[in-house]
Amino acid sequence: MAEFEKANSVGEWFDQRLNTSGFWRVMMTEYWIPKNINFLWAMGALLAMLFTLLLVTGIFLLMYYKPDVNMAFDSVNYTIMQEVAYGWLFRNVHGVGASVVFLVIYIHMFTAIYYGSYKKGREMIWLSGMLLFVTFSAEGFSGYMLPWGQMSYWAAYVITEIFGGIPFIGDELVIWIRGNFYVADATLTRFFMLHVLLIPMAILGAIVFHFYTLRFPHVNNEEGEFFDYKEESEKYLAGKKAESKVIAFWPDFLSKDFMVISIFMIFFFYLVFYHNAFAMDPVNFDKADGMKTPAHIYPEWYFLWSYEVLRGFFFDIAGISGKSLGLMAFGFAQGIFMVLPWLDRSPMVKPANQRPIFKYWFWLLMADLFVLTIFGKLPPTGANAWVGFFSSITFLGLFIALPFLTKIEAKMVGGK
Amino acid sequence: MFSIIVGLIVAVILIILNIVLQKVSFPKEGRILAIIVIMTGYIYWGFEPYAHHEMHPHVADATYTFDGKADVEALKEAGADTAETEAFWAKAVEAASLSGNVAAGKELVAANCTGCHSITSEGFPELMSDADAAASYGVTPPDLSIAGKIYDKNFLAAVIMDPVKAMHIEHKYPVGGDKVFPMPASDWMAPQEIADMVAYLASAASKVPAVETKEGASEFEISKAQNKQVFEAACVRCHPMSYAGIEAKTPADIMSAYIGATPPDLSQHIRSRGDHYLHNFINDPQRKLPGTGMPRVGLTQEAEKQVVEYMTQIGDSKKQEREELGPKVLIYLVILAIFALLWKKQIWRDLH
Repeated sequence: MAEFEKANSVGEWFDQRLNTSGFWRVMMTEYWIPKNINFLWAMGALLAMLFTLLLVTGIFLLMYYKPDVNMAFDSVNYTIMQEVAYGWLFRNVHGVGASVVFLVIYIHMFTAIYYGSYKKGREMIWLSGMLLFVTFSAEGFSGYMLPWGQMSYWAAYVITEIFGGIPFIGDELVIWIRGNFYVADATLTRFFMLHVLLIPMAILGAIVFHFYTLRFPHVNNEEGEFFDYKEESEKYLAGKKAESKVIAFWPDFLSKDFMVISIFMIFFFYLVFYHNAFAMDPVNFDKADGMKTPAHIYPEWYFLWSYEVLRGFFFDIAGISGKSLGLMAFGFAQGIFMVLPWLDRSPMVKPANQRPIFKYWFWLLMADLFVLTIFGKLPPTGANAWVGFFSSITFLGLFIALPFLTKIEAKMVGGK
Repeated sequence: MFSIIVGLIVAVILIILNIVLQKVSFPKEGRILAIIVIMTGYIYWGFEPYAHHEMHPHVADATYTFDGKADVEALKEAGADTAETEAFWAKAVEAASLSGNVAAGKELVAANCTGCHSITSEGFPELMSDADAAASYGVTPPDLSIAGKIYDKNFLAAVIMDPVKAMHIEHKYPVGGDKVFPMPASDWMAPQEIADMVAYLASAASKVPAVETKEGASEFEISKAQNKQVFEAACVRCHPMSYAGIEAKTPADIMSAYIGATPPDLSQHIRSRGDHYLHNFINDPQRKLPGTGMPRVGLTQEAEKQVVEYMTQIGDSKKQEREELGPKVLIYLVILAIFALLWKKQIWRDLH
């Protein structure tokens, strides 16, 4: 071991032992981000902020929540909402945060799709991001069950029932997931465990991994431009900051993130205080009752599009039951975004509006997702059922067509 | 379908906005922000107000005149005969409009009502415990001490004449059916006699002293105690409210035999139904939930307001705290955002 000089400051003491200055340089002041970005590039930091809020409020809620079918509802709606000091604030932040985090996830995700930030070396960024989407979805679903209201119960019932459609093992699988023949105490306690332990751990790991995947391919920029980071960072370090195409993660990039987060928090806390019913469904303030089915059962807004794909197939086609078709389409919808980097066969890394064919595909997909989301909440009767069917078919068709469309685009642009 | 048309309009607006903003060289980030805000707004509109509108069709707003017009309209729509209902309400409205004699009314009430109903403030005591009364009559009869204050005059007259018609529960107690409503109809009475009884009930209610509260009680505590008095008289015969420590006066099993369902605990109804729904529902439950066993209660607008306010004070007890803290947090965040903006500008000055 090398000889240690006596440290002159606390900072130096840690630096000798942990190389904190080197670490800070590598992770912060010399971690290079392209300069040509807009506020959509702050969504990642915003998500980190929202996740922190969810984690902290979740820890406080955990101190009073009781995972037991006889106590859960009152522990949330009486103990936390009315007795514990500021319990209502923690719950509102947690509930609204869970909804808003998905809004930002979707903005983040479709920013990546719009700017082509998932290809040419950035596949792992995309995959780890999708892993986060999946784990957040599981976290959202398991958390929704905990207040043990009517919607908690019936959403759990409907969603676990879906697995019953899987051939051969379906029925046993449903029982295995629920821990009982119906949604019961065992279901609540295991989803409680998933929500407060297993999935958060997976999310924390996935977040670290997602940051790591950004390191080598670097963050994309507004024009999809590839440039020499070494050259540009040397310019920056030589003081020619205005000329350089890169900025430092700290303080340049984070100062902008901090600004976006601060402005967003005004909107967020407005929702928390004055407009939280969209995130805390009124039906869920009725205690769970297995004998009383609510008139309308629907998931939270962020699952509506895939829920609509699931129920879009309401009749049998070629001898296959509508239920099975819906399940297959649902499985397709869950997995297909994962493989997007390999479905897009055009080499162009450009914003969608500069890509001759992809731009139509992108906006069609957006429009279709909007239709799916809105009709996903409406009762699937009459014309609504047909809108659901055709928008589900459109969703599947768009992804099946993507490789062919982008191949044509690749020819049109000649490999650029 | 309407939502798709709106969606197309939104798309057209987005395209035009984008072109116009580009022409006037509006900052690109502003354009992106506008697009995201409009798209978020559209999707929010779709899954909240629009979906709500589609799933819960609008019903006529609450009216507090209790003159049977809505019942007649409903019968007309169903193509049924309205003559009997019209005559019934005409008589009730007439009786309520007459000037009543309090002393005569007291005699009539003592002779006809206090066999089952207590009026404790007037010295007519409860003859049995709530549970025994429920077992004997099929439901615990209400105490009438403040009935003259919280129930509308027309409605009181109508209830005395025929409680089943007044409370709009003919579907639960059809004429000639096997179930008989515990309180008999008194439509043989003359309008003047009914007017006398209503006048007596009003006079009795006016003599009930204001609810006592501890010295130095806050405004919130005082209004809560006053609202509780109305809530207990109007709702608690059937409904429990566990978050206020209130049990229903009629035991659940008897209640279930009485109306065919167990009335829900009202602790969280202000959250699960919301105040707009509650007002509409309490005013005439059949309007929002056709076939429900809950009777029309006949509360005056003021009494109904107190009932819903009490449900808020119990079910959403931190409302005031929330509304007081909100502006402070938002002001703090606005100041923070201004500093964040200035800091960002300072850092980025060298970068451009």
